[in-house]
Amino acid sequence: MNFIYSYGNVILCASIMSEGLVVAGKTLYDKVWDAHVVRQEADGTALLYIDRHLVHEVTSPQAFEGLRLAQRQPWRVNSMVAVPDHNVPTIGLEHGITDPVARLQVETLDANCRDFGITEFNIGDIRQGIVHVIGPEQGATLPGMTVVCGDSHTSTHGAFGALAHGIGTSEVEHVMATQCLIQKKMKNMLISVDGKVGAGVTAKDIVLAIIGEIGTAGGTGYAIEFGGEAIRDLSMEGRMTVCNMAIEGGARAGMIAVDDTTINYVKGRPYSPKAEDWEAAVAAWQDLHSDVDAVFDRVMRLDAASIQPQVTWGTSPEMVLPVDGKTPDPAKESDPVKASGIRAALKYMGLEANTPITDVQVDKVFIGSCTNSRIEDIRAAAAVAKGRKVAANVKLAMVVPGSGLVKQQAESEGLDKIFIEAGFEWRAPGCSMCLAMNADRLEPGERCASTSNRNFEGRQGQGGRTHLVSPAMAAAAAVTGHFADVRTL
Amino acid sequence: MEKFTVHTGLVIPLDRSNVDTDAIIPKQYLKSIQRTGFGPTLFDDWRYLEPGEPGMDHSKRTPNPDFVLNAPRFAGASVLLARENFGCGSSREHAVWALTDYGIRAVIAPSYADIFFNNSFKNGLLPLTLPAEVIDQLFVEAQATEGYQLTVNLAEQQVVTPSGAAFAFSIDDFRKYCLLNGLDDIGLTLQHADDIRVYEAKRQQTAPWLF
Ligand code: SF4
Repeated sequence: MNFIYSYGNVILCASIMSEGLVVAGKTLYDKVWDAHVVRQEADGTALLYIDRHLVHEVTSPQAFEGLRLAQRQPWRVNSMVAVPDHNVPTIGLEHGITDPVARLQVETLDANCRDFGITEFNIGDIRQGIVHVIGPEQGATLPGMTVVCGDSHTSTHGAFGALAHGIGTSEVEHVMATQCLIQKKMKNMLISVDGKVGAGVTAKDIVLAIIGEIGTAGGTGYAIEFGGEAIRDLSMEGRMTVCNMAIEGGARAGMIAVDDTTINYVKGRPYSPKAEDWEAAVAAWQDLHSDVDAVFDRVMRLDAASIQPQVTWGTSPEMVLPVDGKTPDPAKESDPVKASGIRAALKYMGLEANTPITDVQVDKVFIGSCTNSRIEDIRAAAAVAKGRKVAANVKLAMVVPGSGLVKQQAESEGLDKIFIEAGFEWRAPGCSMCLAMNADRLEPGERCASTSNRNFEGRQGQGGRTHLVSPAMAAAAAVTGHFADVRTL
Repeated sequence: MEKFTVHTGLVIPLDRSNVDTDAIIPKQYLKSIQRTGFGPTLFDDWRYLEPGEPGMDHSKRTPNPDFVLNAPRFAGASVLLARENFGCGSSREHAVWALTDYGIRAVIAPSYADIFFNNSFKNGLLPLTLPAEVIDQLFVEAQATEGYQLTVNLAEQQVVTPSGAAFAFSIDDFRKYCLLNGLDDIGLTLQHADDIRVYEAKRQQTAPWLF
């Protein structure tokens, strides 16, 4: 693969302002940041105004409790949209949530939304789904916004040229009470994916290849802007997949410049601006890109044509291989810390060194999560599943659409039937086996081809072994019973 | 929030890099609607031999004898020595709550994931950064010396070893001030409520579709 790095040595095409100051252009991140600073302290700590606050059941109960204890009210209730997703069962919904602890958490969200007058898309509402799927789907995520949610994959919304990042529960409470976040500005990184990707290579493969290169901490302290022809060529679904995993590269925020693809996606959605507001908004959004003379603290370029379908082999998203690759050999690693990391990951994953990844068989397949559960993802998986059967050694292959509306759309295209005929299970929307808080999980030692975003130890169930792939590659694993190159199926 | 001024405590060395929040507190415990009670399930998958579920009596589970937290000599530790990119992964503040509930007051590592780092300050947990070589040395000393304690002095921004060696660390002024005084961010921000209202009124003019 062909990567070119440059650190802080970007050519500066500065413009001379009338005061005689030399000022470089602004990055997309700089622009959205500057537009939201309420005040700034001498040490750079700023109060940043938040336009949209998305809320789900897991990270909000303690924040609502905090508000009540301090007798505070939410600052601006109409900035909030709430949805239960992490704990929602994907099967047998008519019986409600049977796990009493999970049920209490979802009911607590319902009660909090009722008490404070917050819009909630509850279980049974067609609009319910994974928080990072429904925000954009409803037009609740708009270009140039600041978006927060008590969930690290809030970076997803940066696909709209928004500044979006995950926050902890104390910050959730802080935003509820003050509409602001206390923040220090991050540094700017540009990752440019130049040229065009080959057939069968998707947004997921692009972002996994990026993480394989920069590592899981490579983006720590940065807001990453993804650019280049291969990114501009992506649909909004694909851009969301890329920004979703910015956090897996350590960056709290990933962003992509606004263009016609963005504006066409946003148009006509329930929360999108209407009539003359729409005209004004579109005019304002034209500026949501980095200036040509903007300076990035770090720039990385990647040749799109060199990216192949990717499969992770280990217990961190940076442990990733092209589909024709082999698991690494710790004996060939000179750094002892890295070698022991490789050894531990191989052991946990139940793999030998130097194994071609296509030799590895899977027990389960999961197509879903906020990374890959939008209509385009479901279509890509269905295209592979069509006319084929789930392999005999695969115990369970499940498709979990990201929202009720995605499910409805897929069903109207007959995709559910394709999956069911091929032997997949077609489920109701939610986070599901991405983190296995509900009943969908791996048993110890089980191996899964998953379209989610984290392959940490135990992520999909204690002792479970997760391999991250694109939806098409997950479907290919389901029908062959092992990892397979979807391009040669 | 509990103040942090000077703390002296037993050090527990956790010799793994990229410790993620799923490892610090597994997801099944995130169903809780409380802020407390996460200590017994800190590092749950590594700490016990059998799988854990919420509502269990964790004192009846079998501790994994190979996990450092279960070694008798580290019982009661309050300073966690860790490796790079500590706290990566999800935004769950439950990871910080599990550490503080267990009794950890300070973490010392070469680097942290951003969200974990931020969350720590909101809960009186001091995540401080020292250079990798210093961390290496502290690991050697903590493993070799039973009862090894470190003193973390926030006002002086120093970590002091039993032999008297002192290592300086840096911290944002604002965070230091909040920790030293145990201040609640929200109260501080609301002192600027007028600024927020002025900003909001202006933004309502320039971008009415956001309101
Ligand atoms: S789908 Fe997975 S990563 Fe996304 S919000 Fe749900 S649990 Fe988190």
